[in-house]
Amino acid sequence: MKYLLTLLLLSLTISLTHASDIAEVWTSKRIQISYQSALQPIAINKMHHWIIEIKTLDGLAVEDANVQVTGGMPAHNHGLPTSPQVTEHLGEGRYRVEGMRFHMNGQWEIRISVKRDGLDELVTIPLVL
Amino acid sequence: MTSLIIWFAVQLSQPATWSPEERQLLASLSLSSLQKLPADPSNHIADDLRAAKFGQQLFFDTRFSINGAVACATCHQPERRFADGLIRGVAIGQTDRNTPSVVGGAYSPWQYWDGRKDSQWSQALAPLEHPMEQGGNRLYYLRLVASFYKSTYEAIFGALPDLSDTNRFPLHAGPVDNADWRSNWLAMDTADQQTINRAFANLGKALAAYERRLLPGPSKFDDFVDSLGTKSVIFNAEEQAGLKLFIGKANCIQCHNGPLLTNHEFHNTGVETAPSELPDKGRIQGVRDVNLDEFNCRSTYADTAGHCAELQFARTGPELIGTMRTPSLRNLKNTEPYMHKGQLPTLIDVLRHYNEAPTAIIGHNEAKPLNLTLTELSQLEAFLHTLDAPIAAEDEWLTQPDLPQ
Repeated sequence: MKYLLTLLLLSLTISLTHASDIAEVWTSKRIQISYQSALQPIAINKMHHWIIEIKTLDGLAVEDANVQVTGGMPAHNHGLPTSPQVTEHLGEGRYRVEGMRFHMNGQWEIRISVKRDGLDELVTIPLVL
Repeated sequence: MTSLIIWFAVQLSQPATWSPEERQLLASLSLSSLQKLPADPSNHIADDLRAAKFGQQLFFDTRFSINGAVACATCHQPERRFADGLIRGVAIGQTDRNTPSVVGGAYSPWQYWDGRKDSQWSQALAPLEHPMEQGGNRLYYLRLVASFYKSTYEAIFGALPDLSDTNRFPLHAGPVDNADWRSNWLAMDTADQQTINRAFANLGKALAAYERRLLPGPSKFDDFVDSLGTKSVIFNAEEQAGLKLFIGKANCIQCHNGPLLTNHEFHNTGVETAPSELPDKGRIQGVRDVNLDEFNCRSTYADTAGHCAELQFARTGPELIGTMRTPSLRNLKNTEPYMHKGQLPTLIDVLRHYNEAPTAIIGHNEAKPLNLTLTELSQLEAFLHTLDAPIAAEDEWLTQPDLPQ
């Protein structure tokens, strides 16, 4: 019994660790995007940066794309309080987005536009603060 | 009937219940959650005590105006939470907008209703040269410093520029409205202009070193949040109901969030245009102005070395039309009338305005009608009064200091 319980706890620990390693992914017809916020958990009124990772649906990194980040609160009909910008291409489809800030709690949407040689995609990431 | 009255009285005296989510929101509004005073990297003497004392003298010294009768403290009065209780500020003339409080300003990335300044020190310079406020010019002020504060200035900033050559440094000069002073300024060497600008910026930095010490003190609301979970609940039923509305269906917390009850951002809430005036453009003009400001964070006079995230990521675009900076709610007592042009005489007028959420004259009103009852508006008002508290600074900072003669 004790052995079984240990096994159960161990498997639970492994699955939890594993879960936190997998970033959530949002997709459009042709690409997928995940992000990591430098501010954890995301709190209002604090400027911070995100690292976003852009891949095609079959997992190839999207490099050197023109990436624009906008967003807002659909229910309030207003945008972000800042104009975030991609400040660095980090390679392997990863981009640093600086100037992120949210000024209210509630339902937000982050819209990421990705353009590159025939690729013109928009991915929307919902976020509740 | 008697039992009904007793039941009602018991209900009134019962503390409201607060869910874990509500308690979390309340804690986020408490001064206990206020982070320590943020550094101002654009002002290297921001936390220098000598600079704060010099700044306090400048703040109260009416000689620092072209008519010798106006100082910062004329409009930013300590007994009125560093505002003035007027519809619009009155200095040499009447100003364009309602005087905002200085208290807690160090926490905001932007100054003025429209955020046209990005530091307390660059803001403090503007009234000195505004014809309706202190009405002078930078050469005039630096000569006053040379007459009354030379050693004080030099102990903090090093040598004051030698202004004895009036061909190089006219008695009156600055990039101001006055045509003579302006042409004097334009005739000066660029290097001399920069020397003057640097010394003039130092006056702003001393003023900011003083102003950033003016912070809100703990209020009845903060005590209430700290008392949650104990037996001594210090809010009455009306105040508790108002607080419930504030964080709930009245939506106040959307913009009035955080321990200073402001998100420091810009919103259009459809406040009526002041009588006989065109609608105020607000932040859409402010963001242009701050980007062009000669004393902004990117300027050579800031001690920032080009690290200006707020300016770099400042939002622009038509959404900013008619938006104004959210004011703190911690300075409401004695600071009426309210709104950017002092359009609304009392707090209940402000609450009625948000209850109706009228269509904006320009831009769009982000607020929606609340449909609250008159009782609910009174409850909100009762809660707002619990945010009144003395300023958290020792008395010596709240009165005019000795001024050198």
